[in-house]
Amino acid sequence: MTLYPELTDDARREMLRMMVLIRTYEEAILREYHADKSPGFDIGAGLIPGEMHLSAGQEPVAAGLGAHLTLDDAMTATHRPHHVAIAKGVRLREMTAEIFGRETGLGRGRGGHMHLFDPQTHFSCSGIIAEGLPPALGQAFAFQRRGTDRVAVAVAGEGAANQGAFHESLNLAALWKLPVVFVIEDNDWGISVPRAKSTSVTSNAVRGAAYGMPGIRVEENSVEGVYNAAGEAIARARAGDGPSLIEVHTLRLWGHFEGDAQGYRADLEGVPGHDPLPTYRNGLVERGVITAEDYASMQASAVDRVEDAIAFAKESPIPDPADALKYIFAEGARS
Amino acid sequence: MTMTTGAPGAGASIEPDPGKRKLSTSKAIQEAIAQQMRADEGVFVMGEDVGSYGGIFSSTTGLLEEFGPQRIIDTPISETAFIGTGIGAAVEGMRPIVELMFVDFFGVCMDQIYNHMAKIHYESGGNVQVPMVLMTAVGGGYSDGAQHSQSLWGTFAHLPGMKVVVPSNPYDAKGLMTAAIRSNDPVVFMFHKGVMGLGWMKKNQRSVGAVPEESYEVPIGKARVAREGTDVTIVTLSLSVHHALDVAEKLEPEGISVEVIDLRSLVPLDRDAILASVSKTGRLIVVDEDYQSFGVSGEVIASVAERRPGLLTHVSRVCVPDVPLPYASQLEYGVLPTPARIEAAVREAVADRLSS
Repeated sequence: MTLYPELTDDARREMLRMMVLIRTYEEAILREYHADKSPGFDIGAGLIPGEMHLSAGQEPVAAGLGAHLTLDDAMTATHRPHHVAIAKGVRLREMTAEIFGRETGLGRGRGGHMHLFDPQTHFSCSGIIAEGLPPALGQAFAFQRRGTDRVAVAVAGEGAANQGAFHESLNLAALWKLPVVFVIEDNDWGISVPRAKSTSVTSNAVRGAAYGMPGIRVEENSVEGVYNAAGEAIARARAGDGPSLIEVHTLRLWGHFEGDAQGYRADLEGVPGHDPLPTYRNGLVERGVITAEDYASMQASAVDRVEDAIAFAKESPIPDPADALKYIFAEGARS
Repeated sequence: MTMTTGAPGAGASIEPDPGKRKLSTSKAIQEAIAQQMRADEGVFVMGEDVGSYGGIFSSTTGLLEEFGPQRIIDTPISETAFIGTGIGAAVEGMRPIVELMFVDFFGVCMDQIYNHMAKIHYESGGNVQVPMVLMTAVGGGYSDGAQHSQSLWGTFAHLPGMKVVVPSNPYDAKGLMTAAIRSNDPVVFMFHKGVMGLGWMKKNQRSVGAVPEESYEVPIGKARVAREGTDVTIVTLSLSVHHALDVAEKLEPEGISVEVIDLRSLVPLDRDAILASVSKTGRLIVVDEDYQSFGVSGEVIASVAERRPGLLTHVSRVCVPDVPLPYASQLEYGVLPTPARIEAAVREAVADRLSS
């Protein structure tokens, strides 16, 4: 077993703080997203246009991973990227401005919420299922060749584990002993298709064995379970011992995207009862790790940060349509 | 991810005198890669059979011996994984040269190419660069069938965010490869098997030519007048350049003067060079080994028609009609843009002049 930092009460408080920040952020985006799309629902209307995939319920994955990562490590994420971006340390103001399509955004309004690129934190995401994994291999390759102990974390959903890119990536990463940690967020649903109807195995973690790498499944959306599994896998990667696969059974608290009525979801009424945030908060209060006042203070500071980011985004300039052709290339223009 | 601050070896000479030393196109490509690898530790080669085999079409022969398996890297047959690995390494500031063995194989990895390699710079608002070369073999003429003979450059040129270069000869191949490696943008480098000078495939007479020993660049986006003429312009690229030159030589004694434009790059496209030539001749023939419809030939014609439609007294195309490339040699040569088809197109183009 490779050593990683022991789970202390400080670490527990930090993870809860991160989960609160993420939930506060997603609730604020939810509010802003729907604020100007009625009457009716026009997906292209409003200050935040387009598809919106929110990550409420999946905070444990982000908080448990982020606890072990530095700004120098890399992460690639999915179409549902906000939680892991925040936990990776992506700048909240610039990320929010990108979601609002502003010139001050991470991609100057050219990317959008599924295409966040932050070179300062080596974070990126892709809207194509499983296709964010291969670039993480390349980042890990560069880290390895330069003799560093930096790692790349590649996050994907459980639907991605049935894509060719997933299997190619696991094989290549294991073959070259790349410092990569593959993390599957199993939220039970590929849009409307339950995993039982899409996946031949009950745990994707077993698929690690096919490529000669450790595979572990974290049950019950446990942030401490993620902390331990990620700690082990990341330490292993940093030590030069190669990639690992982690699957976390997590929860999609809301729809696939905003506007999804989830008529296909028979368990819908019971979903709020599985919310990991109050569960973890209550557990820490009961164990005396935090007080109710601590939690209120976490919430207040999260609201301050999030509302500051949203205000920054709203006050930022809208890109000039005349500049739509800028940034196609680094050098010269298309003719 | 790092912002790439400057290409290695900047300030190299641009299109110097060719000198006397002769190389095949494949050796010219190898030399360009080797020189850039010596200049920059971040340059490496990755792909199927690029190591001890030296590349199926000899694009990397000898490189393993000099640079070792840490920089000349054989991969599994996992194009999505290793092209994506190139992208990630480029994003972190390395300069990968990734070989896709046949362009026909793009179907198994196009998402990495057009949704990632080509779009990251734009989606990041210019904050993340992808200085990567995707090198791939194109073209038919040797009965390799419908899945190993395509040119497909029009498909890559159609999709925004990648530069596309298609050299026809050793001099341009070395200069364009050097420019591609040094570029901070993703560049698709498409070499025709028939211009590589391979010992096991029918050689074109110009697949061996003069190449300077020094490192130099052929600017991406600049066409070349391969032969000057006054009656008709042939705009073409890759192997077809040589067919066009052969036809031009053949028809010269008859008093038919053919100008041949070698595009060399498709993205950016040198529309000014096309327009300048047609301004002189008024007659335009586009010869393209890619499929005819929705591709390069239509784009070349449109670039004149949109700007100076009055120039055009004649327009025609010699392309692969929209059919999968057949296996039987007689069938394949029935659809390729052969010298015979090009000659017939030229004679038709100048028929009005000869009859008057």
